This record gives sequence, structure tokens and C-alpha cells, in this order.
Amino acid sequence: MSIQPTSGCTDTPVLRERGQREVFCGLTGIIWLHRKMQDAFFLVVGSRTCAHLLQSAAGVMIFAEPRFGTAILEEKDLAGMADANAELDREVARLLERRPDIRQLFLVGSCPSEVIKLDLSRAAERLSEVHAPRVRVLNYSGSGIETTFTEGEDACLASMVPALPGTEARELLMVGALPDVVEDQALALLEQIGVGPVRCLPAKRAELDAAIGPNTRYALTQPFLGDTHAALQRRGAQRIAAPFPFGAEGTTLWLKAVAAEFGIGPDKVDAVVAAPRARAEKAIAAAAATLQGKRVFFMPDSQLEIPLARFLTRECGMQAVEISTPFLHAELHRPELELIARGPTISEGQDVDLQLDRVRATRPDLTICGLGLANPLEAEGLATKWAIELVFTPVHFYEQAGDLAALFARPLRRREILRSSHPNRMEAAE
Amino acid sequence: MKLAVWTYEGPPHVGAMRVATGMRDLHMVLHAPQGDTYADLLFTMIERRDHRPPVSYTTFQARDLGADTAGLFMTAARDAHARFAPQALLVAASCTAELIQDDPGGLAETMGLPVPVIPLELPSYQRKENFGADEAFLQLCRALARPMERTERVTCNIIGPTALGFRHRDDLAEITGLLSEMGVEVNVAAPMGATPADIARMGQAHFNVLLYPETAESAARWLEKEHGQPFTRIIPIGANATRAFIEEVRALSGSTLPVDESRLRLPWWAASVDSTYLTGKRVFLFGDGTHVMAAAKVARDEMGFEVCGMGCYNREQARPMRALAKEFGLTALITDDYLDVEAAIEEAAPEMILGTQMERHIGKRLGIPCAVISAPVHVQDFPARYSPQMGFEGANVLFDTWVHPLVMGLEEHLLVMFREDFEFHDAAGPSHHGAKAQPLPTGATAAHAAADEGGSMPPPAAPPSPDSIVWLGCAERELKKIPFFVRGKARRNTEKFAGEKGLREITVDTLYEAKAHYAR
Repeated sequence: MSIQPTSGCTDTPVLRERGQREVFCGLTGIIWLHRKMQDAFFLVVGSRTCAHLLQSAAGVMIFAEPRFGTAILEEKDLAGMADANAELDREVARLLERRPDIRQLFLVGSCPSEVIKLDLSRAAERLSEVHAPRVRVLNYSGSGIETTFTEGEDACLASMVPALPGTEARELLMVGALPDVVEDQALALLEQIGVGPVRCLPAKRAELDAAIGPNTRYALTQPFLGDTHAALQRRGAQRIAAPFPFGAEGTTLWLKAVAAEFGIGPDKVDAVVAAPRARAEKAIAAAAATLQGKRVFFMPDSQLEIPLARFLTRECGMQAVEISTPFLHAELHRPELELIARGPTISEGQDVDLQLDRVRATRPDLTICGLGLANPLEAEGLATKWAIELVFTPVHFYEQAGDLAALFARPLRRREILRSSHPNRMEAAE
Repeated sequence: MKLAVWTYEGPPHVGAMRVATGMRDLHMVLHAPQGDTYADLLFTMIERRDHRPPVSYTTFQARDLGADTAGLFMTAARDAHARFAPQALLVAASCTAELIQDDPGGLAETMGLPVPVIPLELPSYQRKENFGADEAFLQLCRALARPMERTERVTCNIIGPTALGFRHRDDLAEITGLLSEMGVEVNVAAPMGATPADIARMGQAHFNVLLYPETAESAARWLEKEHGQPFTRIIPIGANATRAFIEEVRALSGSTLPVDESRLRLPWWAASVDSTYLTGKRVFLFGDGTHVMAAAKVARDEMGFEVCGMGCYNREQARPMRALAKEFGLTALITDDYLDVEAAIEEAAPEMILGTQMERHIGKRLGIPCAVISAPVHVQDFPARYSPQMGFEGANVLFDTWVHPLVMGLEEHLLVMFREDFEFHDAAGPSHHGAKAQPLPTGATAAHAAADEGGSMPPPAAPPSPDSIVWLGCAERELKKIPFFVRGKARRNTEKFAGEKGLREITVDTLYEAKAHYAR
């Protein structure tokens, strides 16, 4: 591994834009959080739009009674004819009666519930008293006026932190909702390295919840967990600064930072990870053959943009044109920005029409964007990768590094295969 | 407050977007928070549109709320006009913007934009997607359609097709072709494919063809009143309805040209002996009112099915739906709660469902085949091939689509005869479907095990019969020998029979007495 002795992109001035933002709101996180926390139910207090978003973002309906739903506000709730709190209590009671398997209930605030100032934190306290000890009721905001896409997970995890029990034990807390298979791989690696005990936030079930305190050391696996990070610090826990575990390099750096905090040297880590790391590098190389020298443009979406740009530029040979993120958390992203060579525009926020003008002007080989933009850009002859797939697919740590690279390579390979019949073949021939 | 897990309709502004996205040279400015842009993906992903919907969102955030959201709206409207140069601008508020009461319509009016600005009132907390589409199209007509001389030749407008509609693209092509055969030209088809300038000249047509009351009935009524244009009432879904529609158009247009029926195959396909097995198949219909009412008549009169339940999720169609259901000897189910629909289907134990993507999932859960006849749509409802629901080709499509999920004629008999065959058993499913056949479990008696394994009607969670009726072991085993696609009906009929006879236990004899009783 060769870390250049430069400050990378840390000094690059950030282009901040404000205008129409083509992004999901934080409610979207419910789609993966409800699968991760197997005894949790997410009750959005909102409008028909919220329900429609969840249904549409889920794409295919998860029909086996999903553990989420929307309490849709109606005219009488807004006009004050019905006490919204009484209505909410009634809906929650009915829900919990029908779903005795639920141990954690999240009341999720939405744009409408926030504009009418429905106090869900008081509602959560009240409902906790009613339904304790069987059910713990928490609340967070997934509203579009407060949160962008992955910030919903951040708000959810942050809401859990104050409720976690205290401890003086020296433990590692791995923070971020990971697919089970990835979490198990990470835990196995940490165990072989000799780091432990390790807890996870979120846990699969409420009774597996971690305890935290001043001796807790935590490592984030996702770059969008700024509020969770702040909440953990308030409980006295300390963060282990590291790049995020994407790609062979990111995973190794992450593991070494964690190991160092627990007094274990890099040699031990190198010995443990030699085989999986070699596998990861081999798998990445297969996809990198397609990606080498190609130019990539990240539109703001999941806050994974900066770590993924680091991975694509350093391990797959791509060149970044613009790396855009909905929100740039300077502290959490510093280890990533240090690794990215100067050159790309770094931008925060969005004015989608202006940004699309830049995409058209620079004509990148691959644009990472939301679902609303992908087909229109493809029709203009620009290859795209939907950003939402990056949060729905196992992409962390060594065994998934090749899959991660392949996600970006596939659209390019597909265009190549379809070249003779592609509607934009004239442009492709340029 | 009402708990919803899945919804049949989106909010009203999505309906307005369906109108705007179907049209050309029209732009919509939606006062809405960040996140409401999700609606774009409905069009770009589900319908595979190659352009973004013509919608600018103000995407306000919490920090704007205390400040100047109205200013944000005006900036967005000005930018949208400058960038997209539309012929007209729709302005509306989504559910959150409705609460902050910035009055986008009033604001836009003060801006002096050089194009017509059409404000929409979309009460998000009372109404839904279909209302939004219907209202948006009505307001477009009111604002733009001018009184005009009728065209010299007899022409009509086709109204109703929108973006993201169930087979609207192909229905429009099919009906345009049919009208052309009758010598009736289409003056304007709207919203789909029309510009605001086209809306302005709708008054030239002699009458209107209303394809989808869900999205254009208000406009049809307004055009009838203001522009003296009568509109067609018959929805040309199925062979009979298409013929009736042709007569209706003849009456309105004076056309006497013959219509070529040689492409119409449904009547012979249904009459040919291979289709005998369709006789009396019990079907349950659910979807939007228009499609369900039309499909119910096709199911009964053209396919020979027995309609055992029907209903719709859009209350706007409740009245005609109830009337039609009564004619069928049924009570219509009017609800937008899919759990109610699921319970009704479970209770009716049909052999097939004609429904929406929601019912497809319900069918999957209950082991009942389902064909989709109505929105809400899914990416599968936008096939690459030509696949209308309306007109003669539409009738052919209905036949194929509705028969496809079923176990086919002779296969049905073979299943009855050889139900313990190791690869030809209940759980294997229809042989023309791709899924891997489950191997027949060994041990026990094969048929029973296969029945337990899958494909069967699950035992009803809330038994429709009084709890006091008990199935004896031997009768239960005999029931499981009945193929899965009729087992639900057999169970239900036997329990009903036992209930009527005041029996507390069901024996093998009861099962066969019930069978004889309900024989047809």
C-alpha cells in the first residue's frame, strides 16, 4: 500500500450549491433498516406521499407484511378535529396487538408531521410507558426537510444511542447497518486479529443491544453517520478515525486503525488478512480492467461518494471528474480526502439542472446518480450507475470488494456488448 | 389517521405529474420539500422514460421554513420558465407545501410570466392520485381550450391517456386505428402526446372519446357543457364492448364504414373446445373501477368464467361499481386497504384473480393464480411488445393474459388423474411456467404430503365457517386429494353445505354430498 505524503483533496475548495435536489429523503433508509433489525417496526407519521415513496423506493414490494407502515394524516388530524396524539396512540396499540413479535417501535417523523409540529419525542415517551417493558418506543426524523437519503439511518441510530445501557468495559462498537453476511465476515476478521469484545449498532435484535461508556471505542462502517458519531461522543465513547472499509485498501486501513487502538500492530493484521486481501485484489483487478482510465462523475446521493471515489481512483484506475455529496462531514471524511489525488471538483449540495449541465459538458464515462436521472442520462449516451444499489448491495470489506468494483464495471461492459444495437450507437462511435 | 402498508394510489400531485409528463412543451413547478423528487423515478424507471418528467421541485428544507419559501418558489418558477421555455406552466403544492400555505398559484400570477400559468388545487389530505390527474387535465382544458369552428370532416378528441397509465400507450394506438378505419380522424389526443397548443384547439372536434374516466371524466363533462361536445360512455374493453363502442361512435359521427373483424380472435379462442376447461372458473376482480367493470363483463360473457367477487379502490367509481356488482348478484368491495381485499379474496376462495400488482402478491400468498388488469403499475406492465387492453387486439390480449396463469385444460385432467405422480403433482405448478418443480416429498402418502408442501390453499386464518364445524381426519385427507386449484372451493362449499345442514362434523360422505349438491 502506498499512501502519498500529500494532503490529497483536503485543501480543495468545496463548491457549495443550492437549488433543486434530486435526492431521496431519510425515510428511504427504512427499506434496509427494517430488514436489519428483525424485531423493529418503523411507523412513519406522515402523508400518502410518504407511503407512496416507501412503496416506490422498495421497488419490488416486500409483501410478507413488511415491518414498516405509514400512519397517514388526514384532514381531520390537521384541522384539529381529531387529537393527533390520541389517534397515534390508537394506531400504535392496534399495530402492537397485531404484531406481538415487535420489540422496538420507531416513530418516524416526516415533512408534514414536522411542519404541523407533532411532537413525536413526547409521543414516544408516552407510548414507551404504556407498552414497556415489552416494547421500546423511540423516535427520529426521516423527513425531507431535515434529512437526505442515508441521513435517515444516521438519525435512527442516533436516536438509539441515549437508550443504550452504560458500561465501563473496553469494547469495540462497530457502527452502521451492514448486511448480515458482511457483519459476520467483519466480526470473524476482528476476532482473528484479536480485537474484542465487539458489539454492533444496530444489533439484529433489541436484546443484543450494546452497552456503551467512556471506554467504548467505535469505528464507523458508513460515512453518513455524523449525528450517531456525535451522540456516541456525548456518551463518552471515542471514535477510531479511519478510511471506510471499501475496497482492499480501505478495509486494510480500517482494520489496522482498529487494531492499533487495541494495541495490536500492523504486522499481525497483515498476517491475518493476507489471504482475503489477495482475493479482494484479484477480484478488483478483474473489474478494474474495464474501469481503468475511465472518467467518473458522482452526483450527490448517499454520502458514500467520497469513499467510493477514493476506491475507484486508487484501486480501479478511474479518474474522478466531480465528487458531489449531499453533505460533507469534514471530520469523518478527512482520512478519505487525504487519499484522493487532487484534480476532481468536490461539491456539496445540488442544483440539479446546473450539475447536469456540467455532466453534459464533461461527458464522463460513468455517472453515479439517482434513479430519476439514470435513464434520461443513458438516453443522452451517458453510462450511469444507480446510487441506490450501493446501499442495497453488500459492498463492504474484502469479500465484497470485487462485487463493488463490478457494480461500476457492469454498465460499461453492458454498453460495450450492446454497442451494435444501442440507441445511441452514433454517439458511442465518436 | 389511518395506518397504510401499501397504497393503491399515490398522492394527488403524482396524478398531476402523470398528466404533465404525458404531455409535451408543458412544465410543472411543484412546491415540495427535498425527497418528493422520488416521483421522477416512477416515470424514468417503471415506464423507462428517456427524459426527466417536466417537473421542477422547489425542494425546500427545514432552514427555509422560517425564511422565504415563497421566494424559493418564485425563483424555481422563473428558472424553469427560462430553462425549459414551456408553452404553459402548471403550478401546484405537494402535501407539505400545502401546510405552509404559500399559495403557489397566487405567487406565480404576480410574476408576470409570458405564458399561461395554471394553478392546481390538490388537497393532499383528502384526495388521491386519480383525482390529481383528473383535476390537472380539467384545469388545463379550462385554461386553454378555446371555442373554435368544428373541423369540416368529422373528428374527435381521444382523452384520458396519461404517463404511467396501465397500457395507455397501446390503447391509444389501437383506438386511433379503429377510429381511422371508421373514417373518424383524431383531432387531439390528450394528455398523452399533446402540447398546450393542442389543448387550445380541442374545441374543433365534433365529439370526445373518453378512454379512462379516472383521469378525464371531469374534462369530458366540462367539454360537453362548454363546447357542446358529446362524449363516448362505453369503454371498448372486450369484443362485445368494442362492438358497442363502434355503434356509439357511428351514432356520434354518422360513420357507416364497415369495420374489419378478421383480427379479432377472442370469440373463437373462447368457443373452441380447448377452452371448455375455463367454464365456470370462479374469478375475483379488483382494481380501478373502469377496468374492473369492463373486465367483469368480459370474464362472464366472453370467457365463460363465474365472477365471484369484484370491487375497486377508487371511491369515485363506487356508485357504478355497486350497481354492476348488484347485476352480478354480488356486493362490491370498495376499499383502498389491501388487507381488506386480501381477506375478501381469502373468503371468496376464487380459482383466479384479475387484479393489480397488489392482488398478484395476494395471489402469491394464497396460492391463487392472478392476471393483472389495472393500475397501480409495475415495470412489467410496460411490455416492449404492442399489448393494448382495448379494441379487437386488446380482446386478444385479454384472452392470452387471463389464460396464462392457469393450469391448462388437459394438464388439469392429468393432475386429477395422476396426482401422486412424482413430477406431475400439485406442488409442481403449471408446467408452462418457469419455476423449478418441487420434488414430491417421500414418505407419508404422497398426495397428502404434496398438498401440505405448497400450492394448496392455506387453511384460512379466520375460517369462514363457524368454529363448531370440525373436519374429521379422513375427510381432511380426502380433501387433500383434490387438486390445489379447486381445493379451496371444495373446502368452502363443504363447510357451507355442512353449516346449512346443521352438521358439526365433516366426513368423507359430507364432502361428496356437498360435491353433488353444488354440481353444475
